[in-house]
Amino acid sequence: MRFRVLAAVCMAAVLAVNVSCGSKGSQKEILIGEYGSLTGGIATFGISTKNGSELAFQEINAKGGVLGKQIKLLVEDDQSKPEEAGTVVTKLINQNGVSAVLGHVASSHSLAAAPICQSNQIPMISPSSTNPRVTQVGNYIFRVCFIDPFQGAVMAKFAADTLKFKKVAILVDVRSDYSVGLQTFFRQQFRQLGGEVVVEQSYSQGDSDFRAQLTAIKAANPEAVYLPGYYTEVGTIVHQARELGITVPFLGGDGWDSPKLWEIGGAAMNGCYFSNHYSTDDPNPAVQKFVADYKAKYGQVPDALAALAYDAARVLAAAIEKAGSTDGAKLRDAIGATKDFPGVTGTISINADRNAVKPAVILKVENGKYLLVETIKPEAVKL
Amino acid sequence: MTTFLQQLVNGLSLGSIYALIALGYTMVYGVLRLINFAHGDVYMVGAYVGYYLSRLLQRKEPSLASALLVMLGSMIACALLGVLIERLAYRPVRKEARLTLLITAIGVSLFIENVAQLVFGPDPKFFPSLAPRTDFRFGGMRLTSEQITVIAVSLLLMVLLRFFIMKTRTGKAMRAVSFSLDAAKLMGISTDWIISVTFALGSALAASGGVLIAMQIPKVDPLMGIPYGLKAFVAAVLGGIGSVPGAVLGGLLIGTSEVMVVGYLSSTYRDAIAFGILILVLILRPQGLLGRVHKEKV
Amino acid sequence: MRGWIAAAGVFVGLLFLNGVFVGSVFPGFALPPYLLQVLCLAGINITLAVSLNLINGFTGQFSIGHAGFMAIGAYASAYFTVTFGEALRSALGFLPEFARDGAVLLVALTIGAVLASIAGFFVGVPSLRLRGDYLAIVTLGFGEIIGVVILNIDAVGGARGYSGIPKLANFFWIYLFAAATVLVVHRIVHSSFGRTLVAIREDEIAAEAMGVHTTRAKVISFVVSSAMAGVAGGLFAHYLMYINVRSFTFLKSFEIIIMIVIGGLGSITGSVLGAVLYISLTEGLREFAQYRMVLFSLLLIILMIVRPQGILGHKEFVTFLTKRRRSLGAAPGTPGA
Repeated sequence: MRFRVLAAVCMAAVLAVNVSCGSKGSQKEILIGEYGSLTGGIATFGISTKNGSELAFQEINAKGGVLGKQIKLLVEDDQSKPEEAGTVVTKLINQNGVSAVLGHVASSHSLAAAPICQSNQIPMISPSSTNPRVTQVGNYIFRVCFIDPFQGAVMAKFAADTLKFKKVAILVDVRSDYSVGLQTFFRQQFRQLGGEVVVEQSYSQGDSDFRAQLTAIKAANPEAVYLPGYYTEVGTIVHQARELGITVPFLGGDGWDSPKLWEIGGAAMNGCYFSNHYSTDDPNPAVQKFVADYKAKYGQVPDALAALAYDAARVLAAAIEKAGSTDGAKLRDAIGATKDFPGVTGTISINADRNAVKPAVILKVENGKYLLVETIKPEAVKL
Repeated sequence: MTTFLQQLVNGLSLGSIYALIALGYTMVYGVLRLINFAHGDVYMVGAYVGYYLSRLLQRKEPSLASALLVMLGSMIACALLGVLIERLAYRPVRKEARLTLLITAIGVSLFIENVAQLVFGPDPKFFPSLAPRTDFRFGGMRLTSEQITVIAVSLLLMVLLRFFIMKTRTGKAMRAVSFSLDAAKLMGISTDWIISVTFALGSALAASGGVLIAMQIPKVDPLMGIPYGLKAFVAAVLGGIGSVPGAVLGGLLIGTSEVMVVGYLSSTYRDAIAFGILILVLILRPQGLLGRVHKEKV
Repeated sequence: MRGWIAAAGVFVGLLFLNGVFVGSVFPGFALPPYLLQVLCLAGINITLAVSLNLINGFTGQFSIGHAGFMAIGAYASAYFTVTFGEALRSALGFLPEFARDGAVLLVALTIGAVLASIAGFFVGVPSLRLRGDYLAIVTLGFGEIIGVVILNIDAVGGARGYSGIPKLANFFWIYLFAAATVLVVHRIVHSSFGRTLVAIREDEIAAEAMGVHTTRAKVISFVVSSAMAGVAGGLFAHYLMYINVRSFTFLKSFEIIIMIVIGGLGSITGSVLGAVLYISLTEGLREFAQYRMVLFSLLLIILMIVRPQGILGHKEFVTFLTKRRRSLGAAPGTPGA
């Protein structure tokens, strides 16, 4: 008997806590939600994104905010789990009442949360999800980066035309929309340019032993290996590859971009290349100022994800200003009308598919630094 | 051909780790008829202890001595952990229904995993190199010194364990308890002590596996115990749960087949292969390859 | 007759509640969406817990692969709705909107339940010959294998998850099926077949000696239980609009087990209580998400040491209200058994 009463009391207390919890914005603030992976296997993505958007909003608030109000950023952690992404976004929208959502870096997470934003008519801007399906979810979903059909083609062009490779192996992360999509586009373009994919192997995000796959790749004797995965596994994979005697360069995408990549992979990463959104070597004064400000505030050089988040936040703020309100439909239209916005990752114009068309850079890993090797413009790639 | 041999070596080195962990499962099941779900997490703690110890030692030059020190330290720490788990969580429920024991074991496992996430942080950490690295080449194959170390150390530990169980008095007592707890008690064996020793030994072996694997794949994270623990358990059942040589055989078989499937088929079937084998074994030969059939008396 | 009236009452009552919560009955009053979501997830958990209790609590077979059947139900029903939903909807054009949605959902759930029960059959037949710990591990294994198989089916998104499922499930449907599950399990348990299951739980060899077809009975209860888990999975998919294999691992199976163990293994009310308690604590402690699982696992261990039979043990809520102390867990030979 006592247990039952205790249980009922517990339940009631918990539900009461539930209802009262959740901060709602006051009239003097504009609430923006952000969901990211602050812990887990892709944690540096979430942290970089948070840093970039926080820096942007801090600057904007210092200049008086937007429409006379200060912007308050609420960040939620989805622990690197896509199924959590939907839950935290629901909370941000329903419990906290945010006017717009920033996020996610990883396409799988964006795909989980986008339907929720769409059905609630809350605009969502992804700073760096590159899988094309993300913006196809609905007209409230935008992104400020390029998409994978372009990114895959970029690396294919680099591998075939600049590095003059004819035979490449592919090692794909089957747990990630990003990885699966990117390798499809790479493969297409590489074949078109006369190359051949000699072997394909796969792994799952979270695995730690890749020797079996690497041994199979070694047997096929490729000139390079395309590894469009996330930095945690990439570092481990290349490290193990060198141990097995694979000396050819590895090629990758923006999922490599993390200071931890060098920490994990070490000297094994020397001589590898990856495609990215921007480079800290860019001489543009706006970029250099951003790099300096970010370094002053956070103590490290900003990666592409931080830069994209910075741009996404600023695009959003500008759209709110232009729309004159935080009404969902008006904000949506204002974001969609963004043209020639001066971002640190390039000039941002949102096209009819709600994507941004921008150039990509190829970076080379050399002794802990990522050096700019080549910039490839959208016009140069025949899709 | 060299690819096949290389994959075989990969499989044997992975399998040795499974064997080390499986030994703990099989010994505990032998004496208590309990599947210690928390065993995989002890392995994880072993890897972490190794990580922190090696950070502490902070040698510029990785050396054999520091590697040994780290492994020993980790084994001792986990032996204590194992005894603690047994004392606090399993002993009070020893007389209860098997279901209760199983649920308690699940609870302990979840508890350790989540405390680890709190204490160590949920992000993976990367292991520094412990022992000096050299590579050996045979034909087209490449064996890292780490792989050789894993296989060698595992073999050594298994031989030591076998010696302990077969030739010492405590070992004999362990065998007696696994045969019949009540009879052993009647014979004057302090069963509580023997059970604690069993847990300590099993946990120490798991810890060694944790340190060895962390040397090979320089990454530790709080949930690393789950896949290894489950597959090591499958290995123990495959070999015949309760049988020490069975655990070794099972571990090597599971490790090799897993690597072969990943290398020649597809990595997404990696986890399914272990369970597939398990199901086949349980249906066709439930006592495992080297186990004995237990007749159930009413 | 009384049964039908009660059923109709529940039906109408749930419809009414649904309307109230959504805000269409009392203008200006609607339940906060977050609270509604917690309630709905609780309802799905109730279905899962009660169905698992049929196997674990009443038949005494320790199955820890329940999440696998939930996964099958979720993916199968989602696939149907995404692929054939529109076609069915246009075929039923003469019906009003909500009826069309309901029809699609019902067909989807049926497909999910049927496939899940087929899986239950194929898992049950080989496994249920094993006892105790072995059964637990084999069911765990099957659950994982189901997960791996789904991971490799690209048509349902494979490792990336399945998105784009229309939100067809709501409070009404979820609680309708939860109530149905409770009813079905209750009727099974209080029938002569139910006595068979309890007999198997109490002493399988004796039951076999008494002429009970133990394997057949176990398989039947397994199949029924997996069908209900399939329904829960389908509702889950049509409520969250996105499913990922990672939501259906053995961790999920463990969660369901925690629910029924807390409530009491042999008690339907206990399972309901456990399910609601679990989801309330999970959501209520979301702020302290890191400590949540630590707390739960500690609770589980302490519960096993202090009160292994859970909160309600073998008793039902009814036994506290009425004088008839007729519980199924009473030891043989005592009055009221």
